[in-house]
Amino acid sequence: MDTISQSFALALSMVAHLDARLTQIVGLSVTVSLASTLCSAVIGLPLGAAMAIARFPGRDPVIVTLNAAMGLPPVVVGLLVYLLLSRAGPLGAFGLLFTPTAMVIAQTILIVPIVAALTRQVVEDAWAEYREQLRSLDASWWQSSTTLLWDTRWSLLTVLLAGFGRAASEVGAVIIVGGNIDGVTRVMTTAIALETSKGDLALALGLGIVLLTLVMALNVGAHLTRQWARARFG
Amino acid sequence: MGDAAIAEGLPIVAAGVGVVRRGTRVLDAIDVTIEPRARTFILGANGAGKSTLLRVLHGLLAPDAGTVTWGSGRSRPAGQAMVFQRPVLLRRSAAGNVRHALALRGVRGSEAQRRTDDALSRVGLGEIGARPARVLSGGEQQRVALARAWALEPEVLFLDEPTASLDPPATRAVESIVEAIHARGTTIVMTTHSLGQAKRLADTVIFLSAGKVTECTDASQFFASPHSSEGRIFVEGERL
Repeated sequence: MDTISQSFALALSMVAHLDARLTQIVGLSVTVSLASTLCSAVIGLPLGAAMAIARFPGRDPVIVTLNAAMGLPPVVVGLLVYLLLSRAGPLGAFGLLFTPTAMVIAQTILIVPIVAALTRQVVEDAWAEYREQLRSLDASWWQSSTTLLWDTRWSLLTVLLAGFGRAASEVGAVIIVGGNIDGVTRVMTTAIALETSKGDLALALGLGIVLLTLVMALNVGAHLTRQWARARFG
Repeated sequence: MGDAAIAEGLPIVAAGVGVVRRGTRVLDAIDVTIEPRARTFILGANGAGKSTLLRVLHGLLAPDAGTVTWGSGRSRPAGQAMVFQRPVLLRRSAAGNVRHALALRGVRGSEAQRRTDDALSRVGLGEIGARPARVLSGGEQQRVALARAWALEPEVLFLDEPTASLDPPATRAVESIVEAIHARGTTIVMTTHSLGQAKRLADTVIFLSAGKVTECTDASQFFASPHSSEGRIFVEGERL
């Protein structure tokens, strides 16, 4: 009990004093997760909108697969990206393994299905409302997609935050492709795993507090933004 | 709008049009012609197929049988617009909604701005163009939808019970806007369940009963002495 309260006090003081090791790890975490969220937005938003509007044979199996892919096990994604990027792998020549770029690639693969599947749901609901009006206005397939993506922008913000939350809090993929190298590829989750096993509970707890606060703050922000948007735009 | 534009998508001729939905024949062997410049009203009881016929004539719905021709063409022309019963507005300003529709038809820049300002002021919303469209009142939303249609300068405007959920003042506002759009040379095709509205506005009446046209006649003649028993019941019913 004593250890826990001591560690907790130490953790809080590290957070309060912006401990250098702590801020470095938090900074890398946020940078990597933001980059992968951005990548998955670029891929997942158009993909989700296309899936919402397009009608093609085999659409239902594709949607089920996409939904199932939201639950991709991070360690499996980590393993696959490891195999791709390792020296002997097809992309080995780029020397990306154990770099932040490799972590961004793994996290992007992990959260593209989340962004795409949730976007499809949001855009499909809007499409049901706007379909006739947009067809009446002679909107092309591409114009309809962009119109719907813009019109659902506040809901999609929450979708992207869900993706960011998943990226920032997963550990399996980044620990495999990043290697948890101190000062290079060590992020919050991998550091917590390592420090806990080493017995440095204070740093682990401090990082845990920051991680929880970050996730919480983002969700509060998203919630308030949506409330504001609903009152403002209907 | 010159006669060249009129020749493009008018008259609209439906020949032998049939529509089947979930095993039910919603429209059956419909032969109607929408003449240029007229105000044609499609009347009938609930479920008679009014909205379905309107969508077929607008080209939103492909008929299961028969054909629709617009002018001399078999594909729907661009010079059409439609206003729905529930206005479908985007999460943008009122003016943004009008500009978006113009952009879809390739009208941008200062010309789009001019037409947007003009259309909004003509429907009496010149002051509130910057307000988000979806938080306006029901009547104002429908006027935004009318401004959007107006800005497109269509040769044919379809309206699907545009006043069904509006109070009398908002209904009157919509009716006078429809009149103003018609006065500019636009052909009007409209459905309504209000006999009074049809009497005020219609030149021609297409009366539908259970998916069939029972009358297609001059409005004054329809209201004075309907030919079909269904039409008579409809007109009499309103008098009771």
